[in-house]
Amino acid sequence: MPGKLKAKIVAGRHLPVMDRASDLTDAFVEVKFGNTTFKTDVYPKSLNPQWNSEWFKFEVDDEDLQDEPLQITVLDHDTYSANDAIGKVYIDIDPLLCSEAATVISGWLPIYDTIHGIRGEINVLVKVDLFNDLNRFRQSSCGVKFFCTTSIPRCYRAIMVHGFVEELVVNEDPEYQWIDRIRTPRASNEARQRLIFLMSGELQRKIGLKVLEMGGNAVVGYLQCFDLEGESGLVVRAIGTACTLEKISTFPATATYPSNSSPSKDMKEPGFGEETPGVPLSSGPPTPLRAQTFSSFSPSKSYSRQSSSSDTELSLTPKTGMGSGGSAGKEAGPLKALLRQQTQSALEQREYPFFTLTAFPPGFLLHVGGVVSARSVKLLDRIHNPDEPETRDAWWEEIRQEIKSHAKALGCHAVVGYSESTSICEEVCILSASGTAAILSSRFMQDGPLDAEHRFEEVVSPGCGFCHIPYDELNIPFPAQLTYCYCCRHYKVPDVLFTTIDLPTEANVTGKGCLIQARLCRTKKKAQGEGNATAISNLLPFLEYELHTQLMNKLKLRGMNALFGLRIQISVGETMLLGLASATGVYLTALPSPGGIQITGKTPSDITYEQHISNMQKKINDTITKNKELYEINPPEVVEEIIGSPIPEPCQRSRLFRSHSESSDEVSELDLSHGKKDAFVLEIDDTDAVEDIHALLTDFSIPAGFYSCNTEIMPGIQNWTSAIQMFTSVRVFRLNNANLTNQGLNKIFSDLCENLLKSLYFKLRSMVPCCLCHLNFTVAIPEDELIQVAVTAVAMSFDKEQSLENGKQSGEKTLIKAITDEQLQFNLELNAETSSSNPLSSPKGITMEKASPLPEGRSRSLRSNRSYSGSSVAVVKMTPLSFIPGAKIIRYLGIINMFFIRETTSLREEGGVSGFLHTFIAEVFAMVRAHVAALGGNAVVSYSMKECVFMENPNKNQAQCLINVSGDAVIFVRESELELTSVQPQSATTQTSNCGEGT
Amino acid sequence: MSTELDVFVGNTTVLDEDVYQLWLDGHTVSNAVRIRMEAGALQECEANAEVLHSDTMDQFRTFQMCERLLQSPSKVANQLLFQIPPHRQTMLIERYYEFDSVFAREVLGKKLSKGTKKDLDDISSKTGIALKCCRRQHVFKVVEELKGPLVENIQRHFLLSDVLARDYAAIVFFANSRFETGKRKLQYLSFQDFAFCAGQLISYWTVGAVNNVMEDLDVDLEKEFLHDLKDLKVLVNDKDMLDQHKSLVCAQLRGKIKVFSEMEASFKNLSRALVNIASKLTHTKDFRDLFIDLVEKFIEPRRSDKWTIGDLRLFLKHYSSSVHTLEAFRHQVIWDRYMGVIKSCILKMYHD
Repeated sequence: MPGKLKAKIVAGRHLPVMDRASDLTDAFVEVKFGNTTFKTDVYPKSLNPQWNSEWFKFEVDDEDLQDEPLQITVLDHDTYSANDAIGKVYIDIDPLLCSEAATVISGWLPIYDTIHGIRGEINVLVKVDLFNDLNRFRQSSCGVKFFCTTSIPRCYRAIMVHGFVEELVVNEDPEYQWIDRIRTPRASNEARQRLIFLMSGELQRKIGLKVLEMGGNAVVGYLQCFDLEGESGLVVRAIGTACTLEKISTFPATATYPSNSSPSKDMKEPGFGEETPGVPLSSGPPTPLRAQTFSSFSPSKSYSRQSSSSDTELSLTPKTGMGSGGSAGKEAGPLKALLRQQTQSALEQREYPFFTLTAFPPGFLLHVGGVVSARSVKLLDRIHNPDEPETRDAWWEEIRQEIKSHAKALGCHAVVGYSESTSICEEVCILSASGTAAILSSRFMQDGPLDAEHRFEEVVSPGCGFCHIPYDELNIPFPAQLTYCYCCRHYKVPDVLFTTIDLPTEANVTGKGCLIQARLCRTKKKAQGEGNATAISNLLPFLEYELHTQLMNKLKLRGMNALFGLRIQISVGETMLLGLASATGVYLTALPSPGGIQITGKTPSDITYEQHISNMQKKINDTITKNKELYEINPPEVVEEIIGSPIPEPCQRSRLFRSHSESSDEVSELDLSHGKKDAFVLEIDDTDAVEDIHALLTDFSIPAGFYSCNTEIMPGIQNWTSAIQMFTSVRVFRLNNANLTNQGLNKIFSDLCENLLKSLYFKLRSMVPCCLCHLNFTVAIPEDELIQVAVTAVAMSFDKEQSLENGKQSGEKTLIKAITDEQLQFNLELNAETSSSNPLSSPKGITMEKASPLPEGRSRSLRSNRSYSGSSVAVVKMTPLSFIPGAKIIRYLGIINMFFIRETTSLREEGGVSGFLHTFIAEVFAMVRAHVAALGGNAVVSYSMKECVFMENPNKNQAQCLINVSGDAVIFVRESELELTSVQPQSATTQTSNCGEGT
Repeated sequence: MSTELDVFVGNTTVLDEDVYQLWLDGHTVSNAVRIRMEAGALQECEANAEVLHSDTMDQFRTFQMCERLLQSPSKVANQLLFQIPPHRQTMLIERYYEFDSVFAREVLGKKLSKGTKKDLDDISSKTGIALKCCRRQHVFKVVEELKGPLVENIQRHFLLSDVLARDYAAIVFFANSRFETGKRKLQYLSFQDFAFCAGQLISYWTVGAVNNVMEDLDVDLEKEFLHDLKDLKVLVNDKDMLDQHKSLVCAQLRGKIKVFSEMEASFKNLSRALVNIASKLTHTKDFRDLFIDLVEKFIEPRRSDKWTIGDLRLFLKHYSSSVHTLEAFRHQVIWDRYMGVIKSCILKMYHD
C-alpha cells in the first residue's frame, strides 16, 4: 500500500440553477479514484454551497496514482428522479508524486461539463502521502520529473543526457464502440476524456520506467500526442529526452559544470548494438528492421510506402536539408578525429541517438549537419489487441531508422530537435518525423570518453562552431557549396543551413530574423484504400520539394542564409494535401552572404517578355535591398581571395526552381546586383512560375514595430519588457468552388495565412514595439472543402532603445514601463500574481495585492471603496516559451496535460461556430490557469495546444471540438523583486515546502 | 469561398475601449466597422477592411460573452473565464452602467421597478437614445430591495465609481420620493443639478444620515426631522426675532452685496419663503413640490431682481449663520440641518 490520496471538498460557487422552481440547487459531490467513491452531504438550496467535507482517503498503489486522475463530480440532488450531473473536474495528481514539484493542490477549479462548458467552480484540497517502497520490480515510476520544455529547465542543471525515450499505448475509441449508439453524447464524451486521461497517465508512467532504467530522473522535451484513428482506435504516444537533472540550489553564480565521473550505475546496454548498414539516402525497400519485432507479430495488413524514395528523383532533397560536407576532422589532427569516433560509436550503439531538445547546455552541440526528415503513408487497420501495439510501434521504428540513416549520411551521429507527428484522413495516415543531424559533445553522455580529453573538442569557437560541416567534404551526399567559415576562417561551412532547433544563444548573427513560411496546396483525386495511399505517397516528394524551394526563395529574398525551428506540416484531406513549412530566417555571420535571385525566361526572343522579366528582376532586387535594410543585415565585407578557398564554379549553381535540363548559358550575361557569384536562378517557363514569383513578391510586409519568429527568441532583441500576451487564433475557411486549380488553392491558402497574420498584428498593435515569438501554425483539413489554421504564439513587448543595461536596471525598467504605460491595453503586470487562497503560492517577498476590505461602519464620505469582493483571482501567465522575460523561474510544479471535449446541440444559440469555439478556448485557458494556481503556480511555460479538432454540422445545429493542451506549471518571481529580497529566496523555498507539508 | 470560423482568444482578454463603446451604443458590426474606418483605424498597422471586420466581430463576441458577468459585477472579480486586470474590469463595469444624462433627466421621478419598460420605451423614442438602458433597470430593482446606505449598496453590488453610484442613487431616491421634476419651470435644471440635490438630501435628511441602524431602505426622509421643521416658523412669526435676524444679516452684508437695498426691503419675504417651505415638508404633496417651490418662491424672484450668484451665496451664508446669535431661538440643530441642504441646493439650481 504505497500511497494514500486524500481529498477534501471545501465549497462551491457560481453553480448553475438546477431547480427552476426555486432558482436554486441542492448540490453534493462525488469523489472518485479508481473504483472507490465517496460522497459529500447534500448542501440544500444554494448556488454557493459550503460542504467543508471530511478528508476522503484512498489507499492505493502508486502505479494507480500515476495512471488515474482524481474524478470529482458535482451533482444536483433530486428526491424523485435521478440526480442531475452539474459537471466534473479531473485532477491529475502526478505533480504531487514528485518531491520537488507541488505538495498540495488547493484552490478553485472550474466545474466542466462537455455539453454546457464551465458551470461554476469548486474549491478542493488534495494531498498525497507516499510511503517509501524499495521494491525493485515496481511498475510505477513516481518521482521522475516531466518537462514539456525542450531545453534544460531553468532552475536545473544537466548532469547527464541519457537520450531518447518513446512509448505508445493504444485503445479502442469509445466514440466508435457499439455502446455509443445507445448512450448520450455526454456519457460518450466523458468516457473519451477519461480514457485519454488514463492512457496519458499510463504512458507517462511507462516512459518514467524507461527513464529509471536508463539511470535518469527526468524527461525533458516531453511531447505527447494522440491520434484519433477513428474506427481503428485511439493511439496516445510520447517521446522525450531522458536526463539526470540536479536542482540548482544556490544562485547561478556558483553554478559549476558537472564532472562526468558520475556514479557508475549498471545501465542496461541500449539497443541491440546492431546498426543499419549505411544506406545513405537510399531508395527502394524500407530499411531492414529488427527481426524480433516482426517475427512475433501477425502479418500486417498495413500498406506502407516510404516517401523517402523520392531522394533519387531529385538532385537536392529537402530531407537532407542544406548540409554540406565537412572536413573539420582533417585539420584538427588525428587525436580529435579519434575522439569523435569514440563519441560517435558510443552514440551509434544506441537504438536511436535522438534528442527532443531544441536548445542545449553550452558546449553540448558541436556541429549541425542539416534537417533530416522522413515520412511514410500507412493504411489504418483496426487495432485488434490493445495490449499489443506492435503495428504502430513498427511503423515508427521504420521511420526512426530512416532518420538515423539520413543523419549518418550527413556524417552525424545524433539527431537533435527531433519531433514526430501524424495526419489522418479516413483510413490513410501520414507519419512524419524530422530533426536536425548533429554532432554532440560527449560531455553529458554516460558512455562518452573521460572528462580530461574534452579540451580537444573545445577548440571550436561557440559563435560559429555549430555551423562547421560535420561531413566529409569529398563525400558530400548532395551538391553544395562550401566556403571557409566567415568567423573563424578555419573550417568549412555550407552556404545555407536549415535546422529544426532553436538558434543557439551563443551564435553570431547579423541583424534580426523573421518568420518565413512556405505554403502549398495540392489537389488530389478522391480514392480509397491502397490506391489513395499510393496517390498520396506519389505526391509527397513533390510537395516537399516545392515547399523547400519556396523556403529557399523566401530566405534569399530576405537576404538571409539560415533557417531555425523548421517545422514542415503536411496535412491530408480527401481531395487535397496541404503543406505548411514555418521557420525563422536569420543571417548567420559564419555563413557566406546569400546570392540574389535571378530569373530567366525560357524564350528570350520576345522583347516584351524580356521587358517583363527585367521588371520582375528589378522588383526582386529592390525587395532584397529593402529587406536587408529592414532586418538590419549588413555583414562586414570580406575579401574572399585571402582565404584561398576554391571559389565555386558558376556551373555549380544550384538551380532549383523548375529547372530544366538544358543549360542556361545566357544567365551569366545578366547583371546581378546581388550575389557576386552564386545567384539563385529562377527560370520562368510557364504561367505557373510567373504566378509563383508574383506570390513570392506579394508576401505581405510586417507592419512597423513588429517582428515575428517561430523560435524561442528573436536574434537582435534582448531588452524584453514584462508585457506578454499569449493567444490562440483559429480560422476555418470554406472552399465553395469545387473546381480549383492548384494555383488557385495555393493563393487561397497563402492568403488565409497572411490575413491571419495581419489580423494578429492589428489585434496586438498596442504592444508595439513587439515580437510575436513561437508562432506555431497548425493546419488541418477537417472535412472536404474546409481548411483550418490554428495559431498559438506569444506577443512580447520590448524596449526600443538598445540599452546596455545590466539585469537589475532593465528589470526595474521593465516593471516601471509595465506600470506606467497606460496605453498598453492588456499587459499591465499585476502584482497579484499569487493567490491568497493558496498558502503555497506566496514565496516571500512578492508583493500581494489584496482586495481592500469593505469600509466598516457607514461613512458618508463617499470615498472610493470599490472592492473586488471575495478573493481576487490570481493572475496566471501562459507562454509557449520556456522562460518569462524579466523573471526567474524558481520552481517547476509539474506537467500540465489536459484534454477536453466540448459538444453542442444548440450551435446557433451559442453564437454559431465562432461563438462556440471562442467560448471553448477561453474555457480551456481558464481551466489551465485554475489548475496551475491550485498547484501554487503563477505561470505555464512551454505551453502548447497540440490538438484542436473541430467538427461541425450546421444543419443539425451541432458542433464538437477536442482540445489537447500541455505545458509546465511554474512559480516565477520578478527579477526586480528577487533583488529586493535577495537574501530571502532560499528561505522562501524551504518555507513554502514546509507549510505545504504542515497543512 | 468564405471564412467559416474566426476566433482570437488571449490569455489576458484583449479589450479595445473604442470598440467597447461602439458595442455599448448598440451599433451593429458593420456599422461599427464603418465608424472605425471613418475614425482612421485603417491607418493603423496596415489594416484593411477585412482585418477590421474580423477584429470588430471578435470584440463584439467577447463583450457579449462578458455581458452575463457584467450584469452581476461582483462576479467579475472572481470569475475564472476571462483574465482581465482589475483596472480594466473597473472600466468595463463603469462604462457598462454609464448612462446618458438626457435620458436620466427623463427618468427622474418615475416609478422605476413597475411597468417601467413601457415608460423607458417612451423615453427612448423621445430622447432618441437606443434602449440599451434596459440593462440598468435591474440596478433599481435590486437596490430598492436592499437595506442600508444607498450609495454604498450600489457600489457594493455593482462595483461602480462614486460618481456613477451617486447618480444611480439620485435616480432611485427621486423615484422613491416621487419629487416633481417634470414641470415646465423645472426644465432648465439638468440631471446633474438634481443628482447633486439628491446627494444633499440623502446625506443630511434621510433616516440613514443620523443613525446607523440598517432597518429600512435609507432613502426615506426622517419623519421626525420633517416634523420638527415646523418649529422654524417662529423665525418669521415672532416679530422681534424677525427684526433681530434682519438687522444681524444687514449688518453683515452692508456694502458687500450689490442688491443690498432690495434685500433689506424684502428680507421678510425672503425669510418667509424659505421658512414656509420648511414648515410644509411634512405634507406629502408639498414635499413632492420641494423643487418647484424652491424655484417659484425663491429662485425666480431673485433672478428677476438680478441677484448675482455671489450675492446670493453671501446672503444665504449670513442668513443662515446669523440665527446662531438669536438667543431666543432654540432650534439651532434643526435649522442648520435644514439650511445646509437648502443653501447648497439653491446655489446649485441658481442658473439660467
